[in-house]
Amino acid sequence: MSNLTTAAYLISSVLFILSLRGLSHPSTARRGNFLGILGMTIAIVTTLANPGVLSYKEIGIAFLIGGLIGTSIAVRIQMTALPQLVAAFHSLVGLAAVFVAASAYYNPSAFNIGNVGAIPMGSLIEMSIGTAIGAVTFTGSIIAFGKLQGFVSGNPLVFKGQHFLNLILGLGIIALIVKFCIDQNQELFWLIVAASFVIGVLLIVPIGGADMPVIVSMLNSYSGWAAAGIGFTLSNNLLIITGALVGSSGAILSYIMCKGMNRSFLNVLLGGFGGEQAASAVGVKDDRQAKQGNAADAAFMMKNSKTIIIVPGYGMAVAQAQHALREMGDLLKAAGAEVRYAIHPVAGRMPGHMNVLLAEANVPYDEVLELDEINRDFSETDVAFVIGANDVTNPAAKTDKTSAIYGMPILDVENAGQVFFVKRGMASGYAGVQNELFFRDNTLMLFGDAKKVCEDIIKGLEN
Amino acid sequence: MSEISNQLENLSYKAQQIANEASQLASSVVDTSGGHSDFIIFGITVLVLACFVGYYVVWSVTPALHSPLMGVTNAISSVIIVGALLAAGPIDSTISKYFGLVAVGLAAVNIFGGFVVTNRMLSMFKKK
Repeated sequence: MSNLTTAAYLISSVLFILSLRGLSHPSTARRGNFLGILGMTIAIVTTLANPGVLSYKEIGIAFLIGGLIGTSIAVRIQMTALPQLVAAFHSLVGLAAVFVAASAYYNPSAFNIGNVGAIPMGSLIEMSIGTAIGAVTFTGSIIAFGKLQGFVSGNPLVFKGQHFLNLILGLGIIALIVKFCIDQNQELFWLIVAASFVIGVLLIVPIGGADMPVIVSMLNSYSGWAAAGIGFTLSNNLLIITGALVGSSGAILSYIMCKGMNRSFLNVLLGGFGGEQAASAVGVKDDRQAKQGNAADAAFMMKNSKTIIIVPGYGMAVAQAQHALREMGDLLKAAGAEVRYAIHPVAGRMPGHMNVLLAEANVPYDEVLELDEINRDFSETDVAFVIGANDVTNPAAKTDKTSAIYGMPILDVENAGQVFFVKRGMASGYAGVQNELFFRDNTLMLFGDAKKVCEDIIKGLEN
Repeated sequence: MSEISNQLENLSYKAQQIANEASQLASSVVDTSGGHSDFIIFGITVLVLACFVGYYVVWSVTPALHSPLMGVTNAISSVIIVGALLAAGPIDSTISKYFGLVAVGLAAVNIFGGFVVTNRMLSMFKKK
């Protein structure tokens, strides 16, 4: 690699770092994205200038087709479908890594790593590890995509001996890699790919739909490590640096999500927790009656409130209620109330999902606050309006040591003067735990579709 | 605003410094050896340092922008296109070249898709 090429790749790496850095505040974020695009452009142009790259026409066609597909999907996608889009995109990075590694195996001289059948040991190790991570990322992301999109059941699929099978497969892949590094046999290469495809599926099927934020972040991390693995094969620092950035970003997001649920990463990975519709509080009979209200009551009470905090959850996204909710908030503000939004770290199906949906509905970002910024304020708040969230408001997480969600940080909505809880029915949340909040004196349940309830309240406020 | 741009400048200055040191280190490594096996140690050095950079940069991302963060990281992880382009580069038609072309296409979907969707998300974040 010439010094000029190395310098250009270095500039790309720095631009990528600055691009992530830009996301520290909404006001600098768009510039950050632009720096990312600039970095990618420099990386591509530099590589095209490499003397070994000659087939511009075919490359141009492949690039154009891919670019058109990517752009048209990204322009049309609904913001509620972001998590599955991101999962689908991760799968492509994984598959691309597999193809690049396969290509390096069949034509090592293009990458300066020896000749067919005589690839140095170090390159073989890097190549096979990159391939395995890429293949796991590919099928794992496809399953995650299927679960989020509803093609595959969101319920955890657990069977006997599952973890044992994964262990055997994992050891099998390691054995295959060792054998491949010695023999350089092409069947072995494809066996590694196939076994990694299988383990990618097996790793994700036992994980419930509601744990997907952790999984999507984890696959984000994997796609980075796959890129870094290929970077070693190519002796290319740009790929290693970028891969490490993406890898650590995904790992940190997974950590934040796990902490938001007070669960260990291992506990999430082992799976079996939380389906879409967890068996409603199995075995526990609950005869208590929750108080039910209607939209007109809610409209009347909120109109006469000074301070209101809205707590949105995944249910809001499912019902596409964010626009109606913002309209309701605007009317309440016009009536003189202070309206703010409280976001739990694991609300929605990917990190920061709720923030994007509220932003889409034109809610200013300075009215949207994180758990630790707003949690103290509930006690001085007249009304807490919970829409589509459940477990993240359950006071049992603080008091009931036997509860499945004990220790999870929650939004203290019960401290508000009055709580409105918008929900389709009395079913428990994904953790399968009954919410104590429903039976509090200051709670009124508003049953119905989240969007419909908001619209009814809007009518009530307009009268 | 000005504080952030100051911080950015600082950071870029530091990054430049690290980069300079790294390139010096790189050239010294190449001078003394030049073989591929030595790249592994150098590569691991870069990887570990980049993980630290990633750690500090990502923790400074505001939680409200975690979705755009995933969009951007998704797009930049497609930098794997560098490998795909090298694979697709040769003139002669080999299986290796076609694998490379497929990888170029897949990475291109991601690059465009990732940056466009992130831009869409970010353009929605507005102040009061």
